[in-house]
This record gives sequence, structure tokens and C-alpha cells, in this order.
Amino acid sequence: MERFPTLFFVAGVGCFAVAFLLSLVLPAMTLGNYHDMEYRTMEQLAAVPSHEFLELERVYPEAFEEAFGAADSASYAEALQLGRDLYVGQACWHCHSQYVREVANEAQRFGAPSRAQEYQNALNQPHLWGTRRVGPDLSREKGVHTNDWHVAHFLSPKNIVPSSVMPSYAYWFEADGTPKRDGFSIITYIQWLGTEEGRGEE
Amino acid sequence: MSSAALATNDLPDLTRTEGRSLVEYGLVRAHIAAAGVALAISMTAGFLYSLQFLGWFPFADEYLSPGHLRLVHTNLAAYGWLVNGFTAMTYYVIPRLTGQRVWSAKIGWLIFWVWQFILVATVSGFLMNKAQAIEWGETPTGFRPGTFELNWIPVDLLVVIGAVLLIVQLMVPLYRARDQKFYVTLWYFTAGLVWLALTYLMGNVIPEWVLPGAAGAATTGLFIHDLVGLYVTPMGWGLMYFFVPLILQKPIWSHSLSVIGFWALAFFYPLGGVHHFLLSPIPDYVEFGAITTTIAIEVVVTTVVVNFFMTLKGKTSALRDSFAIRWFYVGAVMYFITCLQCSFQVTWTFQKIIHFTDWVVAHAHLIMFGTFTFWLFGTIDWLWPRVTKRKWYSRNLRAWHFWLSTMAIVIMFVDLTIAGLIAGFMQRELNPWNDILDASLPFWWVRTFSGAMMIAGLFCGLYNMYMTCRHGEPYDETESLIPLSAD
Ligand code: HEC
Ligand code: HEM
Repeated sequence: MERFPTLFFVAGVGCFAVAFLLSLVLPAMTLGNYHDMEYRTMEQLAAVPSHEFLELERVYPEAFEEAFGAADSASYAEALQLGRDLYVGQACWHCHSQYVREVANEAQRFGAPSRAQEYQNALNQPHLWGTRRVGPDLSREKGVHTNDWHVAHFLSPKNIVPSSVMPSYAYWFEADGTPKRDGFSIITYIQWLGTEEGRGEE
Repeated sequence: MSSAALATNDLPDLTRTEGRSLVEYGLVRAHIAAAGVALAISMTAGFLYSLQFLGWFPFADEYLSPGHLRLVHTNLAAYGWLVNGFTAMTYYVIPRLTGQRVWSAKIGWLIFWVWQFILVATVSGFLMNKAQAIEWGETPTGFRPGTFELNWIPVDLLVVIGAVLLIVQLMVPLYRARDQKFYVTLWYFTAGLVWLALTYLMGNVIPEWVLPGAAGAATTGLFIHDLVGLYVTPMGWGLMYFFVPLILQKPIWSHSLSVIGFWALAFFYPLGGVHHFLLSPIPDYVEFGAITTTIAIEVVVTTVVVNFFMTLKGKTSALRDSFAIRWFYVGAVMYFITCLQCSFQVTWTFQKIIHFTDWVVAHAHLIMFGTFTFWLFGTIDWLWPRVTKRKWYSRNLRAWHFWLSTMAIVIMFVDLTIAGLIAGFMQRELNPWNDILDASLPFWWVRTFSGAMMIAGLFCGLYNMYMTCRHGEPYDETESLIPLSAD
């Protein structure tokens, strides 16, 4: 019990392996039994550009063209990926969660509770569930606000919500409020969140 | 008396063959110093981030943004402070308990510099938006998501290299001593080093490359949990089992309780991983398993804490005379509180309200600062004169460090716990988000204030360490014998 090999193999490797099997391999295997857990690639996710993305092109034609060319599924995919990268890099996910629980009236506040299959896609690898809500959950954020609202909000959250403690992201926008490439992308990504709701349920 | 204890009883003769010392003091000093610097930066980042909550954040550029500073805060606390600190201590403790030198001093310096380079690459990577989306594993992969194109220094890879070297470095003396019956500390260190390697690989590879979504979340939950439970906790307890008997000059109270504590930790602790994402799309039966084992851990924790308090019995004056013992036992009390809290907050009843709120932040600081940081402070307090061969420069500064830190963490904990309850209930009652922010604001002021106290305490400690090197009186006590074994 108190010798090197037991400690190394039984405690070190063995106990780790048991937990690995029970709390990781097993759920990974059984998740597929409950739901249609088909993985959705970026091409599939971005096949049809969202109308918010198309609207950005209409409202800011020159800036949009400079950033992405035309709004099609290729540029939509690019914007989604960059938006996600910014969301990760700026640690938005440490202030905003991305899953709605079935308790504490969350369905009333945020929308339908989350299901595993919504997260089985390229934009959730790794997932961005988060463990802290300084701001509200964002998993049903699509369409909650208009693009214009987001532009104004990212420029200065406090102007929109007086008590907000969210940082300003003005550097993603020109001085007159026109989004730069980063600005377009973060709005595109935020306006995507919730698109996969209900996926794989009959 | 076991051979491990005998090995340590050779202590007065720390110089072994070829006139080289058993312990690589240079490495111990260097890792302690690096740990101190990392903690100072981490706390400053945490402090600046807390100003964002008051609307006082001083910078407005893309690089020094609040989100980036939060990443710097938590990652330097983990990889800069705790890892450097524990590494320093293992360099000191393992050779003394096994009677064997580490693998190589040269490799030791290589590891040291690789590790500090990792920290620099991580922090600068954060400022350049390169974080990885894995909580507590945000160290940049260096690859563009989903591809093998490099877009930053591949920090994760360096961490693997550094960790593997470090593990070999420390496993060599353990392996050479494989015929001995190990002392408790070495149980924790042996298993903890294996766990560190497995945990890091699992957490950084699987969610990023193998399992997306909910199954990936089960993995990152396990990762967060294992990093704390299977690396930080074993290292911390290993140190306590070494330093407490050494300083109190008496063996640990019960050997059987140590055995129970160790094996129960090894078995139950990793099973609780999913408890970081409760009431989530992860299947309920997995959540129930995690909840049950988390509650079971409380029993284990109680045995260990009881063992330590019984050891203190009859020697309580040490709480007054020895700063190290003070740090250790105050830390142990906070450990007990945190773990007791665990067994309640892990239930769905509590989760409904407190998850996502400041309650969890209070909990995280109580364990990371109140316990593990306190234990490292305690070991540093005892060790610094011995590795620098200088007496402490100022006893007052040691006391200030202790009292400021203790008051700060108590204030921060109580404050954020209440804030979490208020915000949690307000969320449930569907209050507008604006009102929740208004209600939290006073508590965020107190948090920043307690953070300032914490920093003030730390700077007393760091200044004292620096002045000890520069102006401390010479110190050369022959190191005393250690009655480590209870059998
Ligand atoms: C310091 C914590 C913090 C960070 C970091 C943060 N937010 Fe927020 N966010 C908030 C708070 C608080 C609110 C609620 C008040 C408000 O609407 O401004 C909020 C609100 C929002 C909303 C509006 C939600 C709604 O439905 O009303 C969106 C969208 C949002 N944040 C997106 C982001 C994005 C994207 C990032 C990263 C680029 C980010 N946030 C970073 C704290 C934060
Ligand atoms: C100067 C003192 C400190 C201040 C002001 C401070 C402030 C903060 C803040 C503002 C957060 C973010 C909370 C949130 O997301 O709402 C945080 C998180 C965290 N801090 Fe600190 N901190 C301090 C010291 C420390 C120390 C010393 C450690 C560990 C050694 C530590 C470990 C952590 C951890 C683990 C988290 C993540 C908590 C979670 O996500 O639940 N902090 N801190």
C-alpha cells in the first residue's frame, strides 16, 4: 500500500481511469442513445447566412464589402468563426453563460431549456457554457435585440443599460459607429446563438 | 520507525557524495521567487478586473481589457503561483524524504526557464486574444481552431514538455526509493504527479479535438475539478503532512486516518467532476453520481482535518509561536469550511440559486487563497530563512502579512457569499438584470476593498522576503530531526 508501484499504478493511474470511464466515456456514449447527436460542421452551420448578417451588408455596404466581400455562406462562416474567437479571446464566456437550466424560472427569462444536441457542432468545440453570469445567459440571444442595438451596446453598454458593468468594445468600431471586421463578426456570432435550438428533436 | 523516517533523520548531514547537497537550494529559491512575482501580478490583475465592476476600470484598449485581465488573474494564480510554489516545495521535500537527489540540476534549470517562458507566452497570448476556451486551461493551444496552423506559441505543447520533464525529474528520486515504505507525503506526491500529467492531457486534448458540446463539457468539468482535486489538493496535503510534524516536533496523530484520507481522496475525488455543470444537458445519472461522491468527500475531509487537529493537541502554543503553524491551521479551518460548503452547494436545491453567482467566486477564493495559498505562505515562512541562510528581516511584517491576508479573505468570502445569495434569488424572482447589478454593487465595492487588503498583505510578505535576502542576519541552525512516522 505504501510503496511506489501501488501508489503510481493503483492510486495514480487506476483511480484516474475509473473516473475517466464513469464520468466521461460513459456519458459520451449514452448521450447518443437519447438524442440524434449528429455533428454539424461549419459548412452546414453556415449554409444559409442569417438575415441579421445580410442586414449588416445592407446597412453598411462599403465597410462590409471591405471586411467580407459579399454576404454568402463562405463569408458567413468566416464571420461566425472570428466572432467566436473574439468571444473566447475577450473572455465574454466568463461573464455570460450559454446554457439555460430548467430551474429558477430560467425558461421564462431566457427561453427554452438547453438540450445536448444543440451543442453538437463546430461552434461548440470546445463548448462555451461558462460558470458565471455577471450578465445574462446568451444561448437564446438571436433576435432578442436588433443589430443597431448591439452596435450601440458594444460601443458603450452603460449608455443602453445604466447599471451595466460590461466593458465597452469601441475598438471594434470606427469613430462613427460603423463596425470593423471584428465588430461585424461579434454581432454575427451573437445573432447566431440559439439557431440550433430544437435541432435533432422530433 | 519506517525507513522513510530514517532517511529524513539523516538530515543534519545535508551534504552528500561529491560534496553536493541533497537538496538543490538554488532551484527552491528560484521557484519561490517566481511564484511570488506571479502571485503579485495575478492579484494586481484580479484587483484591476474588480474595478470594472465599479465602473472604474483604468484602461480602454483592446489588449489590457477587463476580460484579458481576468484570464491573467486566474491562470497566473494557478500556473504561476501554485505550480511554481508547489514545485519549489517538492524540490525541498522529496529529496529529504527519499534520501535521493532529483534527476538533474541542469534539467531543473531548464524546467524552470521553460515554465517561466510558458507564463510569459500565456499572458502575452491572452493580451493578443489567443485564449483557449477551456476554463482553467485557457493557456493558448497556439493552433487556429480546428486546424494545425500555428497562430501563437503552442503553449499547451510546452506545458506538456515542461510537465513531463518535471514529473521525470521528481519521479527519479521516488523511483530510486521504491524499496522504502513511503511516508504519507510521498503517497500524495507520487499519485499527484501522475494525476497532473493525465489531467492536463485529458482536459486540453479531448474537448478541443475529440468531443464537442455536452460530452466535452463533462470533460472540462472533470478537468477543472481534477486540477484542483488531483494536483493542488494532494500537493497541499503532502506539504502539510511534512511540515506540521516537523515544526510541532511530534508525529501525526493517527496513521490509519492518513491512510483512509489518502485512498478515499484518490477514489472519490475524481468522480465528482461533473458537479461543475449541474442541471445541464449532461445526463442526470452522471450528475447524481457526481453529487453523491462530492458529498462523500466531505467525510474524507473530516477524517484528515480531525487528524491534524488532534496532532495539534497539547501544542497549541505553536499557534502563537510559529507563523507557519498559524498559516497552516487557519488554512485548514478554511479548508474544512470550503468542503462543508461543497457538500451543500452541490445539491440541486442549492445549485438552483447559487450557481452562476458570486457565491461560487467566494468559494473559489476561500479554497485557492484561504487554504492553498495560506499553506504555501506557511511553508515559505518556515523555509525562506533556511534556503537563504538569513533570519527574517522583520517579525512585524510577517504578522502584518498574516493578519491582512486573514482579514481580507474572511471579508471577501462573507461579502461575496451574501452577494451570491441575493443575486441568485433575484434571478429566480425574475427581477430585471439592471436591478440585480444595482443590488450587487455595494458588495463589489467591499470585494475590491478586501482585495486591496490582500495585496497590501502580500507586499508586506514580498518586501520582507526581499529585505531578508539583502539585510537579514546570518542564520544557520542545524536542521532538526523529524519525528514523522506514527508507527
Ligand atoms: C464584466 C463582465 C462582462 C463581460 C466581460 C462581457 N459582458 Fe456582456 N453583459 C454584461 C452585463 C452585466 C450585461 C447586462 C447589462 C447590459 O445589457 O449591458 C451584459 C449584456 C450583454 C448583452 C445583452 C444581453 C441581453 O439580452 O440584454 C450581450 C449581447 C452581451 N452582453 C454580449 C457580450 C459579448 C459579446 C462580450 C464579449 C465581447 C461580453 N458581453 C462581455 C457583462 C459582461
Ligand atoms: C487581490 C486579490 C484578488 C482580487 C481583487 C480578486 C478578484 C477576482 C475577480 C474580480 C474574479 C472574477 C469573479 C467573477 O467572475 O465574477 C476572480 C476570480 C477568481 N480568482 Fe481572484 N482575486 C484576488 C485574489 C485571488 C487569489 C490569490 C487567487 C488564488 C490563488 C484567486 C483565484 C481566483 C479564481 C480561481 C477565480 C475564478 C472564480 C470562478 O470562476 O468561480 N484570486 N478574482
